[in-house]
Amino acid sequence: MIAELGHFALILALLAAVVQGSLPMIGAARGNAAWMAVAQPAAVLQVVLVALSFAALTYVYVVSDFTVINVVENSHSAKPMLYKVTGVWGNHEGSMILWILILALFGSMVALFGSNLPPSLRARVLGVQAWIGIGFLLFTLLTSNPFLRVFPAPPDGRDLNPLLQDPGLAFHPPLLYAGYVGFSMAFSFAIAALIEGKLDAAWARWVRPWTLLAWAFLTAGIALGSWWAYYELGWGGWWFWDPVENVSFMPWLLGTALLHSAIVVEKRDALKVWTVLLAILTFSLSLMGTFIVRSGLLTSVHAFATDPERGFFILVLLLITIGGSLMLFALRAPVLKPGGLFSPVSREGGMVINNLLLAAGCATVFLGTLYPLFLEAVDGSKVSVGPPFFNATFVPLMVPLLFLMAFGPLMPWKRADLAGVLSRLKLAALGAVVAAGITLYMEQGGPILAVAAMGLAGWLFVASLVEWGDRIKLFRVPLGDSWRRARNLPRSSHGMTLAHSGMAIAAAGMIGASVWNLEEVRNLRPGESMEVAGYSYRLEGVAQLQGPNYLSDMATISVTRDGLPVAVLTPEKRLYPVQNMPTTEAGIHTTWVSDLYAVIGDSDGRGGWAVRIFHEPLVPWIWLGSLVMVLGGLVSLSDRRLRVGAPSRQAKAKAAPAGGHPAAAE
Amino acid sequence: MKVLGIILALLLAMPVVVLAVPVVALEPDEILDDPVLEQRARDLSKVIRCVVCQNESIDSSNAEIAREVRLLVRERMVDGDTDQQVLDYLVARYGDFVLLRPPMKASTYLLWFGPGIVLVLGMIGVFVFFRRQRAAPVAAAPLSAEEEQRLSHLLGEPEETRPQEAGAENAGNGTAGRQ
Repeated sequence: MIAELGHFALILALLAAVVQGSLPMIGAARGNAAWMAVAQPAAVLQVVLVALSFAALTYVYVVSDFTVINVVENSHSAKPMLYKVTGVWGNHEGSMILWILILALFGSMVALFGSNLPPSLRARVLGVQAWIGIGFLLFTLLTSNPFLRVFPAPPDGRDLNPLLQDPGLAFHPPLLYAGYVGFSMAFSFAIAALIEGKLDAAWARWVRPWTLLAWAFLTAGIALGSWWAYYELGWGGWWFWDPVENVSFMPWLLGTALLHSAIVVEKRDALKVWTVLLAILTFSLSLMGTFIVRSGLLTSVHAFATDPERGFFILVLLLITIGGSLMLFALRAPVLKPGGLFSPVSREGGMVINNLLLAAGCATVFLGTLYPLFLEAVDGSKVSVGPPFFNATFVPLMVPLLFLMAFGPLMPWKRADLAGVLSRLKLAALGAVVAAGITLYMEQGGPILAVAAMGLAGWLFVASLVEWGDRIKLFRVPLGDSWRRARNLPRSSHGMTLAHSGMAIAAAGMIGASVWNLEEVRNLRPGESMEVAGYSYRLEGVAQLQGPNYLSDMATISVTRDGLPVAVLTPEKRLYPVQNMPTTEAGIHTTWVSDLYAVIGDSDGRGGWAVRIFHEPLVPWIWLGSLVMVLGGLVSLSDRRLRVGAPSRQAKAKAAPAGGHPAAAE
Repeated sequence: MKVLGIILALLLAMPVVVLAVPVVALEPDEILDDPVLEQRARDLSKVIRCVVCQNESIDSSNAEIAREVRLLVRERMVDGDTDQQVLDYLVARYGDFVLLRPPMKASTYLLWFGPGIVLVLGMIGVFVFFRRQRAAPVAAAPLSAEEEQRLSHLLGEPEETRPQEAGAENAGNGTAGRQ
């Protein structure tokens, strides 16, 4: 009964989306205000219906209703409640419902808080949102319906994949999807602007907060996924250049570019055509990210055919969305008038370089991810593109980006004085020297490249703070005055400082992880110990435990340094009997400068256990930096100027346009 | 077949996940006594693909075949093969597919040079953009009738109430230049 209600609600949501996608569009074309106004109630109705459907699916999972196929295939009565709920989106069908729910939520926000948008733009944005919704609702209803029943009902379910039964991965998909779907807003605004033939600073002001929100979600989602891989897979690594990772990284790269180019549109009315293209491409990559993983296309071209119905639907949907929007772009982009002029050496110029490098980086990841597929389709030969390729191509593109990132915020709009900027970067150069010096001292005879790389991270970190310090006149006026200045600084300015310095912290972590990572594998009997990086790891014993739905071999490893106790690690090897699948839980202790990381393997049958110890210098900084970046995004989002939907309250209006002084501009 | 099943299940199940059954890969009994040779073997293992896995090196895979190849690599190294000879041997046996670093040849030129080509094209694009901008400075676009009207409306307003009303009446449009 509940499942059928969910099914019906989904069908009604499709109808609401059809109304929302047609009447307001026609109304906008004909200038009919009444038809345009249909968009708002339709969008709200749609989100209510999708939420109902989602609630119904959650309900059948919570009560373990094994008459529903989806529940049978992805749940089990003994599963902890948390994973019964998160299991809703731990499978293809359910995750589609989550996708649609987030999409409808974003749409309803425009409906509810978009009263200061021009009516025709709002109607068109909601119309485009509804088109995307129609595509996904059709796909779900026709090929991936989670509400189907099974008869006779089996006594119990087949359980959720044990790897997914983990807090990190439970909340990874919603964050990631909020990021993917969030870019649909930029996309809808871009398409609406192309149809309108008009794109101005107000447009950019609307697009920016949505892009920022999507970017913050996606950053958090990717970081969480990577963290999960780090502690759950037991390989000591945090990024593997796996296709599945890459498809989420591509929208992030372009989304980051979009975030910056939208600022130029807002402030300077320039780069409009390029920004629209970025918005379209970013969302297209998000769509690809959603679908390409689910279609199995990445494993092999042949896997795509295992479910031809879904595969075909996906292809058509991608073709219509990406092809259609690019066609519209080609036809209508010339209508957009070019705006403000700027010299190559200016803040706008800096954003152009940022966009160039990020786009090239994205193209590299795209090429590396899809090339095996492309080659197999062309001449049938198989090739692998693994981490060595990306290290050789992607990393060199990011090094200049990190270097130049220091310059951008210091440059004024329109035209910058390079000598002046360089003199303000003296402190950053000092930061680079200090970071490199410390590295050289600590490392003693390692690769010289690592020293330079750490110097680069130090350079960026200090440069980000220099700009902020200049703005609040830190140490040049009494601290109280600086504090007052900091409070008066726009939130977006603090946000940028946070995000850029977060990037520097994360970069340092990535460098550390790839250069100084140590690994030892040894067969230990209880009581024996091994030395890694000055720490002594002693295997105390291995105990058998019974979890709620798994069996566990939990090792106790005490870590000491110079005889003093540091930590006790409890890595586990679990077996989930329902799917007969083993998983690892790494035992990790962080000192914030490095992680001590232990994995327990198989027993040799004679009382010994395979113990794998990793010493992971600076790795915690990767997550710390990501967190600071996300925080930067959120702080920036709280800027009154960007506050979603809030009617812009004008305090003291500045008569001068935004250009000229960087202090007032950001 | 079981591995394939797991891979497929995982693929359907999650958005971003590295696919592997996570169990300690390299076993202690495989390790060579000579630490220099062992280090070479470890380093080389990281660029050799486990051919039945999804994008995993033999170093991190626990598949049976990965173990076999790991032992094979060590065997050949003990016999005096160079890294390149070991890789050549594996390519002869499994094809280019076994290399995580794709070889440079006609069919992969696009892959290896693609990023550079994109970057150069982008740089040319940026260069042309600035050239054009300098060559033909665009005159400020004339105001449309509607904008003209709004402007005069704004200018006619008393100073204190102007921003508030403009914000409310003209939605996002009116507030554009003032921040």
